[in-house]
Amino acid sequence: MLNLTPDFILIQFFNGLAYSLLLFLLAAGLSIIFGMMDVMNLAHGSFYMLGAYTGYSIARATSSFWLALFIAPLIVGLVGFGIERMLLRPLKGRGHLDQVLLTFGLALVVADFVRAVPGWGGEVHAFPPPIELAGSIPFGSGQYPIYRLFAIGVGLLLAAILGLIISRTQIGAIVRAGVADAEMVGGLGINISLVFSIVFAVGAGLAAFGGVMTAPIVSLVPGMDARTLIAALIVVVVGGLGTLRGAFWGSLLIGEVDTFGRALLPDYALFFIYGIMVGVLLLRPTGLFGRKT
Amino acid sequence: MPRKTLLTYAIAIVVLALLILLPFATGSFIIKTVTEVLIFGIFAMSLDLLIGYTGLVSFGHAAFFGIGAYAAGYFALKTSPNILISMPLALLVVIAAALVIGYFSIRASGVYFLMLTLAFSQMVYAIADRWTDVTGGSNGLAGIPRPLVQIGGLQYSFDDATARYFLVLVFFLVSYLVLRQIVNSQFGHALIGIRENETRLRAIGYNTTRFKLAAFVIAGLFAGVAGVLYAGFNRFVSTGELYWTASGQVLIMVIIGGAGTLVGPVLGAALILILQNMVSSATDRWPTILGVIFILFVFAARYGVMGLVRQIFTRISAGEKSSAQK
Repeated sequence: MLNLTPDFILIQFFNGLAYSLLLFLLAAGLSIIFGMMDVMNLAHGSFYMLGAYTGYSIARATSSFWLALFIAPLIVGLVGFGIERMLLRPLKGRGHLDQVLLTFGLALVVADFVRAVPGWGGEVHAFPPPIELAGSIPFGSGQYPIYRLFAIGVGLLLAAILGLIISRTQIGAIVRAGVADAEMVGGLGINISLVFSIVFAVGAGLAAFGGVMTAPIVSLVPGMDARTLIAALIVVVVGGLGTLRGAFWGSLLIGEVDTFGRALLPDYALFFIYGIMVGVLLLRPTGLFGRKT
Repeated sequence: MPRKTLLTYAIAIVVLALLILLPFATGSFIIKTVTEVLIFGIFAMSLDLLIGYTGLVSFGHAAFFGIGAYAAGYFALKTSPNILISMPLALLVVIAAALVIGYFSIRASGVYFLMLTLAFSQMVYAIADRWTDVTGGSNGLAGIPRPLVQIGGLQYSFDDATARYFLVLVFFLVSYLVLRQIVNSQFGHALIGIRENETRLRAIGYNTTRFKLAAFVIAGLFAGVAGVLYAGFNRFVSTGELYWTASGQVLIMVIIGGAGTLVGPVLGAALILILQNMVSSATDRWPTILGVIFILFVFAARYGVMGLVRQIFTRISAGEKSSAQK
């Protein structure tokens, strides 16, 4: 039987934190995009996967993890920009079914693209952490990988920056106003369609950033897109559509519960996160931090 | 009778005749494929009762298909391969599950309903994956006997692919006719009313919760029928049948075919299954092709295959009118 030592709990807590912050990077974009543009983006997991694989190639070509961490999100952000402009924009006002079909189609194409690119798909790739951050430090009576602590730090920092941007800057005010009523924002003379494209591109870039950041922890596998997408969708719904705060606390809740669930009761891990979602939706139908409609 | 209705009946009769004659004119591969299309046609039609008519987009409909398939396989193995026994038992399980899942899910709407149905179906998946004694776990349920019918001393076993085809065809036609009756009834009109404006319907005294639950259970039941048939046809049921990807696939069938019609989802099922069977054997890149087709559909065929068919219809009747005027 498992012995619940403080060390074990602490290590699982940190593992859960790393996973939570990855989920946050996806859920933040997903949630804002949903809240603002009313777009259900089933291709969001594909941005995450595309980021991880692009980062993998850049890191191999330049042997610099840091270059990969900055360039891959830029590339994927541009891809997101293009997709919003060319594919999603013409669908404005057409309802969720068309978006589901479109973004699901995109997800299929991206997944197959990753499979087709020589040196990418098919098999599992390990993505080593940068040398500066390789190795472990003493942690309780055991060891903990330095890279994970770094990833947690970066995730928290990014969450704080995003939170400040959304709550304190003018851009953030536009985004918040856009979630409340995008048409009204457009009526006030703001180029709302450009805001949409940028928000979508930033969302894609954040997902890609999450992909590169997490790659040294989980390695690259086909199917990583769908699994992470579903988890992020759960976070968005649990936290409440369109709120960054909801995405953050939702990520923490789902990430920790899933990690502890897998460690303690692997047979029932799936029940926990879906159970939380069902419970939250039945008690607070608009999520933990969602606005009541 | 208006010309359009006449044309519809003519097409229906021709299609029916083709379906009946099909096994005598083609090989086993086509018979198998069409059997599969008919099974998934029932499945997709049942989902469209929720999506197209009631306006509830379920992302967990495979749960009922899977429960039906697993229960049918289990009862066929443990109780009796007689479908007169195994099918009602399996469908009782499906109805019970649909009542429970529906009771909770219909409290939400929109994307929340979608996520709740996804959550419940994933829980069903987790149960199927872990309850090894009954479901075989990740190995699946194998060695399901061929369906047979037995009344007293009379027995007929569906050992032959053509016989199974006709069994499925009969169930398909009955399901279609029953669902058509439902959507054209007062109950069906109330469902459309819920889709269009639930608040208003409630205001004029409809208990919309009860209507939605009824629609959910009926949709689940027919998905279960498809699952039961699938168990007898495939003789093997795995957890993949009720994974969320299966729910996604049938959702795509409905959208591609044209939500809000009964024939559309069947055409969607046919298109996707035939494409999958043909393209996947021809090239490894079939997901790309499938994905591109989805994207093209969004832009070029707004209301799915049915939308295209309607356009052709209107063009034909418009053409006839103009030639009649000359």
